[in-house]
Amino acid sequence: MGLMAGKRGLIMGLANDKSIAWGVAKALAAEGAELAFSYQGEQLLKRVKPLANELGSDLMIPCDVADEDSLDTLFDTLKETWGSLDFVVHAIGFSDKSELRGRYVETSPANFAMTMNISVYSFTAVCQRAEKMMPNGGSLLTLTYYGAEKVMPHYNVMGVAKAALEASVMYLAEDLGRDGIRVNAISAGTIKTLAASGIGDFRYILKWNENNAPLRRTVTQDEVGKSALYLLSDLSSAVTGETHHVDAGYNVIGMKNPEAPDMSLERKGD
Amino acid sequence: MSDVADRVKKIVVEHLSVEEDKVTENASFIDDLGADSLDTVELVMAFEEEFGIEIPDDAAETIQTFGDAVKFIKEAQ
Repeated sequence: MGLMAGKRGLIMGLANDKSIAWGVAKALAAEGAELAFSYQGEQLLKRVKPLANELGSDLMIPCDVADEDSLDTLFDTLKETWGSLDFVVHAIGFSDKSELRGRYVETSPANFAMTMNISVYSFTAVCQRAEKMMPNGGSLLTLTYYGAEKVMPHYNVMGVAKAALEASVMYLAEDLGRDGIRVNAISAGTIKTLAASGIGDFRYILKWNENNAPLRRTVTQDEVGKSALYLLSDLSSAVTGETHHVDAGYNVIGMKNPEAPDMSLERKGD
Repeated sequence: MSDVADRVKKIVVEHLSVEEDKVTENASFIDDLGADSLDTVELVMAFEEEFGIEIPDDAAETIQTFGDAVKFIKEAQ
């Protein structure tokens, strides 16, 4: 029997087959989990539908996490369909990409508030609602990035948001722990996803990671999926409040590997 | 037709599920080939992967047609 047999959960933030959420969904489905997917808008439904179907899921529910009513409808629908819930994967973040370049100090109040709301508060809002559907405990997972801990080029306001998200994971773990609900984050290494397309010089960042991470490579969506499986299954039954790095070890490194080649940005006209 | 154009065409045909003969020099991804705004980002990502190049956002915005894509990639290589 699979590690997730008999467990039901919601995947939020699947965009396409390059999404980290896709790697997670595949790993969970392979172990017997029953999945529901939330999506924002028709453009994303078009992409989510074939992927959900591929994993035997027909439960796709629209949700705009910036809208409280929309979140309520999502969880009401899950309640009517399933009654209870065992896990949620929150793979959602957003910022105006014009502010994912240049200087963090220039961040506008409107984009700061919007980035925090969608990338940080939405996870708390999801936990609020999921808690009520987890009478037998459960596991809640969000995705973060190293830019929360140290300055990464161009990550800017998103790094500040991820730091807040990681802090909220600890507070949520405390609040929900007494009900047997665990809350964790995966800090995934750099992966080229649709969301990452908004981040400048991404190729350079990927190459840098490959040259300098202890494993001397980047990570894949499927590898994040395997670690997510651990955090969402009983294998991690005593783990909560944790930000778990799935980054080929990059976060432990203090300076450039002396054997790594010197790199400069390849820009046209340079 | 150059190798670059063939490879770009293959990506466009597969990604947008369109007939090969619709992918002409001046075919606009959005207006003629039915792409939505996410498709255009996904196409640019697929071009980056196929050709090992980086297409910055401001450049990506200028790539509206099949011909634009081929021209940009040839120059970037």
